[in-house]
Amino acid sequence: MTDVAHAAPAGHLETSTGLDSRKLAIWTFLGSECMFFASLISTYVIYRHRSLVGPFPHTAWTDPATGQVYEPIIEIPLVTVGTALLLFSSLFIVLALYGAQRGNRKMLLGWLGATICCGLFFVGMQVYEFTHFVHKGLTLQRNMFGASFFTLTGFHGTHVSIGVIWLITMFVLALRKQLPPENAINLEMAALYWHFVDVVWIIIFPVVYLMQ
Amino acid sequence: MTAHVTAAEEHAHGHPTPGTYTKVGLVLFILTALEVALYEVTFGEHAGALGDLRQVFVPMLLTLSAAKFALVAMFYMHLKQDNRLFTGVFVFPLIIAAVVILALAALMAYHMAFSKSGG
Repeated sequence: MTDVAHAAPAGHLETSTGLDSRKLAIWTFLGSECMFFASLISTYVIYRHRSLVGPFPHTAWTDPATGQVYEPIIEIPLVTVGTALLLFSSLFIVLALYGAQRGNRKMLLGWLGATICCGLFFVGMQVYEFTHFVHKGLTLQRNMFGASFFTLTGFHGTHVSIGVIWLITMFVLALRKQLPPENAINLEMAALYWHFVDVVWIIIFPVVYLMQ
Repeated sequence: MTAHVTAAEEHAHGHPTPGTYTKVGLVLFILTALEVALYEVTFGEHAGALGDLRQVFVPMLLTLSAAKFALVAMFYMHLKQDNRLFTGVFVFPLIIAAVVILALAALMAYHMAFSKSGG
């Protein structure tokens, strides 16, 4: 079987490249998203150490005016669990896709449900983390670290939320038996988007949480 | 259609098997654990346990992240098996993105050095 045949699921319209245009479109979109996140990551890298006032990511800071002590913001354990779940969700979605392509509805629904649970946990973790950080004194307006941190991780969290909504839509379609093997391309596109969200986090996790 | 796919069917479809996906998942998990362990022995509670790793911390962390990124893209996103045009439309902007990050970091480092020298 040729490369072209791999990329062209049954039922797609004939194209000059021989490839399914929907799949080419999602890859092009993901390419543009790479540049979008690159601009946010570089903004964070440049501005994270330019804060004039705390709180800071890894060191405590005492306000000279009030004497109030601000604890280091970053907490590794919780976000490590979130990272692991996001990685596992990538495994789960390929297993769901494997089931969808072979008409194995039980496999499709089971793994897709597991992926959605992991995604929801990750979003919940981020909501908890943001709330916790605000209580510790870090807001979008507080300092350069806060502004660049919330912008970067906030945009990523929004992408995860959109991905969860997309996957729930796929789950409902699968429940209604509207996701047969010939339409597995629909799930494949959602899976590609989900993997992209995962690879962006693979970069964000060390850059934001581990590097000092 | 049965869930038990033969090796021939697997080869014909061109994508990895669930076994391969699981092995890749385990490797990704181990690499993430290594990242956190590296942080712990460099800056965490066990800092200094393996000597001063601060000089090599960032390069090692970036290498581990790049390995994870490549594994997900190649195996889970199927770039290893799919048409190379998909790889092209994804990797070309990725290279531009990497250049943008490096260029901005270099520019700001130069700006900082220039400011400190009083220029």
